[in-house]
Amino acid sequence: MALATLVASDETTTPDADLKVRYIFEPTAPGAPDQFVTLLVSVDPARAEVPSLTAGIPAANWHEREMRDLFGIVPLGHPDPRPLVVHDGWPQGVFPLRKSFDGSRRVSIEPAEEFPHLAATGEGVFEIPVGPIHAGIIEPGHFRFTSVGETVLHLDARLFYTHRGLEKRMEGLSPLDAFSIAERICGVCSLAHGLGYCEALEHIAGIDVPPRARLIRSIALELERLYNHVGDIGNMCAGASFHYGTATGLRLKEALQQMNERLAGNRFLRGLVIPGGVRLDLSNDVARDLNTTLEHTLAGLDGLMGRIEANPSIVDRLDDTGILSYQAARDLAVAGVAARASGIDRDARRDHPHGAFADRAPLDFHVVTASAGDAMARMTVRALEARESIRLIGELIRRLEPGSLQTILTDPLPGGRIGISAIESPRGAAVHWLRTDSHGRVDRYHLRSPSYHNWPAVALAGQTAIVPDFPLVNKSFELCYSCTDR
Amino acid sequence: MLRIVLNALRTGVVTTRYPWEPSVPPDRFRGAPVFRAGSRLPPPSVCPTGAISERFDEQGRHVGLDLARCVFCGRCAEHPWQEAVTVGRDFELAARARDDLRIEVVADAPVAAAAPPASDSSADLSAVAVAEAEAGVKAEIRSVLGRSLHLRHLDAGSCNACDWELTALLNPVYDVRRLGIDFVASPRHADGVAITGPVTRNLETAVHRTFEAIPDPRLVIAVGACAASGGMVGEGYASAGGVDRVLPVDVYIPGCPPRPEAIIFGILVALGRLDARRALRTS
Ligand code: SF4
Repeated sequence: MALATLVASDETTTPDADLKVRYIFEPTAPGAPDQFVTLLVSVDPARAEVPSLTAGIPAANWHEREMRDLFGIVPLGHPDPRPLVVHDGWPQGVFPLRKSFDGSRRVSIEPAEEFPHLAATGEGVFEIPVGPIHAGIIEPGHFRFTSVGETVLHLDARLFYTHRGLEKRMEGLSPLDAFSIAERICGVCSLAHGLGYCEALEHIAGIDVPPRARLIRSIALELERLYNHVGDIGNMCAGASFHYGTATGLRLKEALQQMNERLAGNRFLRGLVIPGGVRLDLSNDVARDLNTTLEHTLAGLDGLMGRIEANPSIVDRLDDTGILSYQAARDLAVAGVAARASGIDRDARRDHPHGAFADRAPLDFHVVTASAGDAMARMTVRALEARESIRLIGELIRRLEPGSLQTILTDPLPGGRIGISAIESPRGAAVHWLRTDSHGRVDRYHLRSPSYHNWPAVALAGQTAIVPDFPLVNKSFELCYSCTDR
Repeated sequence: MLRIVLNALRTGVVTTRYPWEPSVPPDRFRGAPVFRAGSRLPPPSVCPTGAISERFDEQGRHVGLDLARCVFCGRCAEHPWQEAVTVGRDFELAARARDDLRIEVVADAPVAAAAPPASDSSADLSAVAVAEAEAGVKAEIRSVLGRSLHLRHLDAGSCNACDWELTALLNPVYDVRRLGIDFVASPRHADGVAITGPVTRNLETAVHRTFEAIPDPRLVIAVGACAASGGMVGEGYASAGGVDRVLPVDVYIPGCPPRPEAIIFGILVALGRLDARRALRTS
């Protein structure tokens, strides 16, 4: 079993009158039954403490620090006492995800002491601070390298700069209004996160989405994976200073995002999915257009991968760079491309089937893995998965039968119920947890994005590379800050 | 190497002709909603971002639409409001003043023309005042910059969609360098800043410091609904609720996210090479 997510909640206003911590685990064997096992701990608000699991389960590290910052539940014996989510002189004893806290007001910024970065010391050791504002069009985060010459001794990543308080913001909203936020937690995972929220909600409502809508959802999910993977391969070329590759990746991605706009009216596929089904149909015209676009993408991708593989100077940059070992990936419960490139055979499309992957007629679908755990392995897994997505979209389009697009949701939703879903987003499995209040509104929503579990792995892999290779290592993981920070 | 050159030749020119030729968005594209005056317009509760407002006076019910807040979801044009609201195709929405993005129409009354924009909140009034007072400075910027612009990007807590659209401006299709626009690594090399996101509490200090590092005169462009108004995030314990809560904004670009052409339009507005949205465009 591996830690899938950890959800704290304030249920002091319910008859239980407590805080709760749910440790949610999932099996790790390839194709194991679609299960989540929840360990539920009731916490007395007057003595908000739980024993820390981090020493035994490293993947619990950030979860426990987040719970301490946002709920004031102290993980006793946690090895890292530093705050994670709240920065800059956040007032002592104020816990924004407690129900008694009014989240709609700004909290002033106080002068703060310098954040205690974990850094190595010694003769000839120096620190390199990078960020939070980077020298490019990138999301914000701070990286503190300690190095001797070019060799990285330690890398400490400090994130949560883009923490917007979205989980708090969704509380008390109608399920439909909260969906508009779920769809906007992350740009490049818009479809996946919107879909994950919907699946958790549909689980609570106890409804089945019509088959045609399920197929359209899965087609869009593969399209999201495809435009990301193709763009990410291009971005890795930027990390390795191969500009032809960068420009080609950007061009192929652009063509796919224009396709997104023709399909969904939005270049990030927003507005396509809706709780209960989909809002827009996949007409025959759009399907033909999609097929043609995919043919061009496949030809372009094959050409690009051919150029990369035939270019020893690129291959040399990627081989053995930023290695993530199988064991580290296991310990940190790493997800998605990064996990599969380190030999972990897990994919939520197979292991927690959703959309058309849950259909009775099974899809012929292959989970791609590699064993080296380096940047080259992550690039190869992406390229093979992109080809697999192209094939899958073709197959899903062939399966489309006329039918309805939406099932009407029960209004209001049943109160006090929990829904959970896992969606294989472009970055890996995202776990969504949703609980309704007694009026059927959102009481607590939590997203554990794949990036949340993968960031600590970037810091580890960064330590196996030299400082100038860090941008390449980082791009080979290609994680989101926004869906980590929320 | 030869293969790369041959491939590049085979691909040919993929760059758009925008802004010299108009960009026509696809059929399903959702641009600015168009409210029909005198019809049964939707109540504010329909809109997930609070872009729709209403007030009452002797003329009847006035329904307001704030394009800076709108995320172009199209919900207000769905059943049963499809008679009153249509999803428009207009995406060239960038404005110099926040109030130019507010539209108001009278509902349920036979009034054909749109009313002048409402200016109710004091924050917005000050934005207008700042805009007028600085008109001279802006003219100076334009003469100093010589119609070319180097921008620093600043992510102030975006969902990354606006950031990726800024990246797209540099791809072979949009290639904004052909227009004299580029993104630079250091704020000290920049003429202005393109800010995405609502300004989170955790980034507010960094936002101020970056802004201070840009030599005066400097332009501030708020890209996307979150930057322009707080958007879906709004104001809260972790968010300031829009760039103009912490910095003076020169140009607001609506969209969630704005498509690349909409951002190009906004940057050209900032440079004075195109006219900003001023007049109210209602049917
Ligand atoms: S299209 Fe804009 S105004 Fe209409 S409901 Fe959506 S966000 Fe609100």
